[in-house]
Amino acid sequence: MTLTEIPETAPELPVQVATPELEATNERNDRRRGFLMALPAFSFLTVFFALPLVLVVVYSFATRNRFGGTDLSGWNTDSYQELGSDLVRQVLTRSLVLAVITTVICLLLAYPFAYYMATRKIGIRNLMLVFVMIPFWTNFLVRNYAWYVILGTDGPLSQVTETVGIGPTRLLFTQAAVVLGLVYGFLPFMILPLYASIERIDGRLLEASRDLYATGAQSFRHVLLPLSLPGVVAGSILVFIPSLGAYVTPEILGGAKTTLLGSYIVTQFLTARNFPFGAALSTVLMVIMLSATIVYFRKGGRTL
Amino acid sequence: MNTTAPTTPAVSIREVTKRFGDVTAVDAVSLDIADGEFFAMLGPSGCGKTTTLRMIAGLEFPTEGSLQIFGDEVGTLPPNKRPVNTVFQNYALFPHMNVLDNVSFGLRMSGVEKKNAAMRAMDLIDLVQLTGMEKRKPNQLSGGQQQRVALARALVNKPKVLLLDEPLGALDLKLRQEMQTELKTLQRELGVSFVFVTHDQEEALTMSDRIAVMHDGELLQVGSAEELYERPVNRFVADFIGQTNLLPATVAENDMIVLDNGSKLLCPNPHAVGSKVSMSLRPESIRIGTRDAIPAPDQGTSLQGVVSDMSYLGHALLYTVKVDGLSLEVRSEPVSADRRFGPGDDVAVWWDRTADWVVPD
Amino acid sequence: MSTNAGITQPRGLTRGLLSVNAWLVYLFFYAPIVLLIIFSFSDNRNVGVWGGFTLDWYREFGDSQPTKAALWNSIQIAVASTLISVVLGTMGALALERFKFRGKQVFDALLYLPIIIPDVTMAVMMLLFFSQIAGWLGLSKGFATITLSHIAFSISFVSVVVRARLAGSDDRLEEAALDLYATRWQAFRFVTLPLIMPGILGGALLAFTLSLDDVVITQFVAGPGWTTLPVFVFGLIRKGVTPLINSVSVVMLLASTALVAVSLIAQRARGGDVV
Repeated sequence: MTLTEIPETAPELPVQVATPELEATNERNDRRRGFLMALPAFSFLTVFFALPLVLVVVYSFATRNRFGGTDLSGWNTDSYQELGSDLVRQVLTRSLVLAVITTVICLLLAYPFAYYMATRKIGIRNLMLVFVMIPFWTNFLVRNYAWYVILGTDGPLSQVTETVGIGPTRLLFTQAAVVLGLVYGFLPFMILPLYASIERIDGRLLEASRDLYATGAQSFRHVLLPLSLPGVVAGSILVFIPSLGAYVTPEILGGAKTTLLGSYIVTQFLTARNFPFGAALSTVLMVIMLSATIVYFRKGGRTL
Repeated sequence: MNTTAPTTPAVSIREVTKRFGDVTAVDAVSLDIADGEFFAMLGPSGCGKTTTLRMIAGLEFPTEGSLQIFGDEVGTLPPNKRPVNTVFQNYALFPHMNVLDNVSFGLRMSGVEKKNAAMRAMDLIDLVQLTGMEKRKPNQLSGGQQQRVALARALVNKPKVLLLDEPLGALDLKLRQEMQTELKTLQRELGVSFVFVTHDQEEALTMSDRIAVMHDGELLQVGSAEELYERPVNRFVADFIGQTNLLPATVAENDMIVLDNGSKLLCPNPHAVGSKVSMSLRPESIRIGTRDAIPAPDQGTSLQGVVSDMSYLGHALLYTVKVDGLSLEVRSEPVSADRRFGPGDDVAVWWDRTADWVVPD
Repeated sequence: MSTNAGITQPRGLTRGLLSVNAWLVYLFFYAPIVLLIIFSFSDNRNVGVWGGFTLDWYREFGDSQPTKAALWNSIQIAVASTLISVVLGTMGALALERFKFRGKQVFDALLYLPIIIPDVTMAVMMLLFFSQIAGWLGLSKGFATITLSHIAFSISFVSVVVRARLAGSDDRLEEAALDLYATRWQAFRFVTLPLIMPGILGGALLAFTLSLDDVVITQFVAGPGWTTLPVFVFGLIRKGVTPLINSVSVVMLLASTALVAVSLIAQRARGGDVV
């Protein structure tokens, strides 16, 4: 063979015969390497996330003193008892109802959309996807503000309805406006997981069901829907949770009479200065969120 | 290429065991691989052959036992300090690098300056006949071309031993057969030991000087293709290498054995009288004919039966013959249709006294 | 994004309805954005009424010191929190995908929580934490507290994106590198890192966007006199809307679109997936 000569780089070899102890040491070193690699993020999140989380729960049992401050003593469950008051029940119910309505509307718009997208040719599919991603990446506040402009008293929508003769619309500062803003904000969260799960379905299964005399509606009901259920659950949770805790949207598009959970919590901290009560409300929100997530993972979801 | 005394094996494995938790993947295996040998490790999936290869490469550390390369202990040495290189299953080519960068990677990592590395890599690219493709990315190559890149990449550092993990597994049949010959030629030219892992016994038989058969983490037998085929040490090896009829029997006196159905056969063997054994008979070493056609010398090694099935294979005829509750596969020459036997025909089968082989149960 | 031949197209009326729905959804997505852009050029103090073309509001943006200060704050915070969370998140992702270690499950769960926790709850957490702790650490409410809070949620998003990329890449490539005499560091530097780079860039883009998006958490941890652009705009909207907000919004809109476009082009150039 005529190969360019390169000095051989055979490394020197220290002699050590393998033993179970050496193997264990080696494995321990490997684990330590992994641990050290996780350590920066791990410690950061412990200090700046886990600790604050615990602090919220601790505060929810604290006492509010006469000067608007909070005493970390005299532990009690007053704040949780306050959750039973009429006002809180109203806010909670309203938030839940609006979050559910938002989720349902998103689902009704997104399912046919995602299905349609999944039936397109691959190039068109990807193009459609990019145009769903763009609003997803644009600033949330700006997108809500856009609706403020559109729905305003003399805004474009009102002008259109006036021109066609049904009179000016007065949507701004209503619950409908809040739902509209939430749907607008979170629709991509519903489309993406739905598309991901429908796109994965083997088209031959639908053909098989049609071949076995199922009508279009039947094959939707018995084949498509069950197979895309993980996407439905994932999308619903991804829309429901942020809708429930929404703050920016109701503040911009909602009125004084439509206080939602998110705004109510913020008020406790920035205006009413009732930290223990605000903390209790946050804890409740957290518990709802965690339960929803557990449901999602139980349903076989893998990624959020 | 190597200055070590010819008696030092390229790879020497002594009582090597690898446990993953409670599972023993490799169980006290000992074997030597000679310098310049084409050595195969053969066995069904999960038999420990890949783990053994990975231990030689340094990608797994043995739980215990000694592993030497040209006399130097390497058991606990990391892979980058061992004078061996690997052709991975499905090649594991770096997808973000072109052919030239893939091939020169090993040299660059061991400190060879860029220009020299590229020159030597080009030599290897020529050697595997990929000249002109050096700027392509792996995903622009066919399976066979990727295989050659993987080979060049692993050979560029002049390893003392080349390890190959199912190197031909991803290729289609025709290409696989071509590559078998090429690998063999390459190995002979380079004079380096090739250790390759496969589950394909035909591949192992065609290419290797010696074969190690593994099963459930244990090394069952090491030998040439001929030794494994003709003198398997147990039922598993007899069954795994080629096709065979395995007839359960008991050793009797006067060089006889008694099949489980009562037939007595002449069959000299070293096993103790009364021990349970199996007789291995290769389908191609059995003759078939009418009952009066048995030649006199083979009277003691014959059985009478009835044909239950016949298939035409083109190059051969395959009979299934029922003998008192036993079923024998018999392969015979493709004689013309009027001279073949059909289902229901009474026949005799016989074989040469040296054709059978007895393995302990 | 997939080679799946997929579901066959529906026919007739169903297909028509589906395509109408799709166009309506796109109209819904883009009409408000387009209208906002149009009205940012409208010469009328009332933000939703057209009053002829003008660039006054963009000039006002250019002249407004507090707006520019808020913008500069936002950029600084986004850059700092992105850089730090990319490093921490990538290391965390590598640890989870490539190693076993004690406390792995806890770490995994801890990394998921910031993604699913609502903004408001996270804002409350950070407010209470910094009001307790900021004094001890000598942190003044402002740049440091906002950046730390943003890192706290960005790490998780970065690590999710990088993990997806790592899970899709073959860990035998690293073994191949080691086998070819690379040290662990070289194997990472020359094989793993280039392969997960699209994931890291995607994660960085996500972290950057989330930082520029955040209103609630920032509002809770920003001290007096310290504000970011979204919080500033949010305050303006609540005080009373002026057309200045339109122009600022359009600038923010274009900035995020430009970011996404750049990343899409970069990904395409690298032949990677769209994140």
